[in-house]
This record gives sequence, C-alpha cells and structure tokens, in this order.
Amino acid sequence: MTVTVRIPTQLRNLSGGASEVALEPGTVGEVLGALEATHPGFGERLFDDSGALRRFVNVFVAEEDIRFLDGIDTAIADGQVVSIVPAVAGG
Amino acid sequence: MSHASALRCRECSRDYDIAPIYTCEWCFGPLEVVYDYDAIRASISRESIAAGPSSVWRYAELLPSDPDAAVDLGAGFTPLVRADRLAAELGLGEVWIKNDTLNPTNSFKDRVVAVALSKALEFGFKTAACASTGNLANSVAAHSAHAGLKSYVFVPADLEAGKIVTTAVYGGNVVAVEGNYDDVNRLCAELAGTYPWAFVNVNVRPYYAEGSKTLAYEVAEQLGWETPDHVVVPMASGSLLTKVDKGFRELHKVGLLDAEPAVRVSGAQALGCSPIATAWLDGADTIKPVKPTTIAKSLAIGNPADGYFALDVVRTTGGGMAAVTDDEVVAAIQLLARTEGIFAETAGGVTIATLKHLAEQGVVRRDERVVAYITGHGLKTLDAVVPVAGPTATIRPTIEAFHAEFDVEEQ
Repeated sequence: MTVTVRIPTQLRNLSGGASEVALEPGTVGEVLGALEATHPGFGERLFDDSGALRRFVNVFVAEEDIRFLDGIDTAIADGQVVSIVPAVAGG
Repeated sequence: MSHASALRCRECSRDYDIAPIYTCEWCFGPLEVVYDYDAIRASISRESIAAGPSSVWRYAELLPSDPDAAVDLGAGFTPLVRADRLAAELGLGEVWIKNDTLNPTNSFKDRVVAVALSKALEFGFKTAACASTGNLANSVAAHSAHAGLKSYVFVPADLEAGKIVTTAVYGGNVVAVEGNYDDVNRLCAELAGTYPWAFVNVNVRPYYAEGSKTLAYEVAEQLGWETPDHVVVPMASGSLLTKVDKGFRELHKVGLLDAEPAVRVSGAQALGCSPIATAWLDGADTIKPVKPTTIAKSLAIGNPADGYFALDVVRTTGGGMAAVTDDEVVAAIQLLARTEGIFAETAGGVTIATLKHLAEQGVVRRDERVVAYITGHGLKTLDAVVPVAGPTATIRPTIEAFHAEFDVEEQ
C-alpha cells in the first residue's frame, strides 16, 4: 500500500535528490505530514504559518487539482500519484 | 548589455542570481527581474529610443536580455489607432486601440517570446518549449525557427485547427495533449524539471513576462510621451495586466515621463473562465481555480498564476473588472470590426465587451483618455464569427439580380 509523491526540482534538496517519494495512503494532509516526518523541511516550505498550503503551491492527486476535490482532505488511494507543482502561467 | 541585476521573489522578497529559474525555492512565489534603474536612467533617452529599431528592441535598455543577441522577427511597435467611431458607440470621449494583431505571428505573444528566446540563447539553451492555448505556440514555433532553436510546443488537443496549422508549419514539434490548458501547463511544469529546455512560460518565465512591458512603453511613446488615463487589458494568467502597469511606472522611474503616471488599469475576462474577475466582483481575497468553458481560448487559464497581483494592480490604480458572456464577445468583435476596421480574436472581443460594461457602469469615464489592448488577430479564431459573418446576399451574375436585392440610393 503506497502512494507516490512527485517532488518538484526546487524541493529535491530535501528529498536527497529523489524525484519521487513513496508513502502510506491517506489524505493529502496526512501524506504531506508523513513527508515532513520522513524528510524534515517540507512542512514549512509547503504550508504557511497558519497551516494552510502556500498560495503558489499547487497539489494534484491523480492529475486533478485538489482545489477541485476536497482540498487538503482529499483522500489518496493506494497506487495514486501526488504532484507538487509551482504555479505557472502562459497563454 | 542588459541592466537586469537579479531575480526577486514577489511573495517573500528573497533575491536570486540571474538564471533560468522561475519560482522562489522557499515559498514557491514567482520571481521577477530586478534592474539597476540608475544605470538605465543614465543610458536612455527619448532620442535614443526613437533612433532604435521598430520593434520591442527599441526598449532594450528596459528588458532583461542582451540586445546584441536579440531574436528579432519584428515583434512590437504596432499601431496605436484613434477609435472615434467606437468611442461614439460606447458613449466615451477619447478611445485608442493598441492594435497588437499586427505582430509577426499576429498576437502580443511575439513580444514576450522575442525576449524569452533571446535570454534562452544567452543561457545556452538549444531547445525552446512552451505550454500554450495557441498564440504562444505560433510565436514560439516561429521565433525558434528564426533563431535556429529546436522547439516542443504543447497544446490542448481540442485547440482550433487553425492554431495547430499555424504552429506546425514552422517545422518544430507540436504535441497535442488530451486535456485543457491547465493540464498542459502542469505537464510542462513537470517536464521542465526533466529536460534541459527553455520552457518560455516556465523556467524562463521571469524574462518572458518582461516583454509585455513594451505594450506600456509604446503607448506612452505613441501618445507623445504621455500616459493614458485608463487602460483595459485582457486577463488569462493576469501577467500582461501587471506588466503594463509596471511598464508605465518604469518609464517615470528612468526619467522618460515628465509627470508621475496615474493610469487606471482595468481587467477583462470571459465569464466562462473568470477566476480573477470573479474574485474582484465578490471582493474576495482568494482566487478559486475554474474549469474553463469559453470561446476565448487564449484567455482560458483556470488557474491564473498572477491573479493575485492583477487584483492588487486594479485595486491600487482604481480600475475595474468585468466578466462577459460568449455572445457579448462575438458582438464586441463585430463592433470593433464594424466601427474601426480592426478584426480581433476572441480575447479582443472580451476586452471590448468589458470596455462596454465598464463604460455603462461609469467605471471608464467620458473624460478619460482610454486605451484598449487588442492582443490577437481575428483570423486566429474565425470559428467564433462564422455564424454571424457571411455574404449580405447571394445573387446570379446579373444587374437585375443585384437590383432585386439592393436598393442603392447613392451613386
């Protein structure tokens, strides 16, 4: 039972250079909490002082933005992929 | 040489060296180019600009890439057209159209791509790439061809056929992705971490976005080094609107304007993709992403990265925003074409329809000098007007048949 968290380039110094980290299934909040527990430093980079996701951090579960799902409470099932992606733009 | 001195996070103000990076390592906030304005002020003048090329590169001192290596297909320095007939229809006084349909690939994206690819060459990249709703795709493909770069252009698979053709013709790779623009963008953000390519709207985005400032510089120069009272700018990510505002302010900072500009900046979105305008109209502090459903595909960014900054600019300058329906967009394309002879793509329809709303609400006033930014050509979104623009009559080739259809009084 694992989910895969894709780590963006900017944060790979916290994952020892790894582009993916395998963790136990749970909600987005739980999985990112587990990421902080196994790789200290992620928490303060992803969340602001109030505990909310920073406004330029986008999290996708199975390629869907969690703001279209249940936000931080979105459940991540066994085998699903979580992506952490900085906001980008173009047109 | 460029006067760009550093990159700075717009959220937390951390500084970074000039490099192909785009987000703050700390808070993921977007990075913006910082300049040595004293050095620019010492080296620029109205005369030096007038002596420069008829393209964005006449403002090279204010751009982040080295002009000696400039990729110059002739982007920019497009006409500013006085629009009295449109003004009369809208009940306004002095209205001007910045006609950016007349760029090398017929949209304002040529400005940003010229700057982005020049910087990409400086960084030593051999391949350019982008996520695009079409206009950027055209421009990256064309400028890459001109600069001798390989290109990978990622577009939503449901894009108008015309925009695929006008990208693919330049010979680079065109990747049609099964998803909407935000899906394409997320894919590119992830690919950018894998391939050593210059993604113009990802890892060279801080430089790319600066190209939009030239839309403010040109308007001021074309108005005899004066600024308008009010501008109306279409919003997708919100970047263009913030850069137009920045451009006017910079002109004063480097001594090119006599008076400090007080340009009210208003933003235009289509109702089917209006996350920024909705936040504005609701007075909300957070921008909720949306799934776009609008004919204005070049503005169909459901997750606008610069939305917060666009809200700030409109608030601080005393502008407004509106979200307009697709029917209003089509009617506005016709209005602009009928009154001024300028054929805009759907994004231009969004801008003119928003101008109409804001004029009716009294946000844009009759005593103001107004500039509306028309950022792309109507031939790019022909499908939008096919149902409403056809022959007035179809007749047999005889004078009688013509007379039967047309009662022409004047000879």
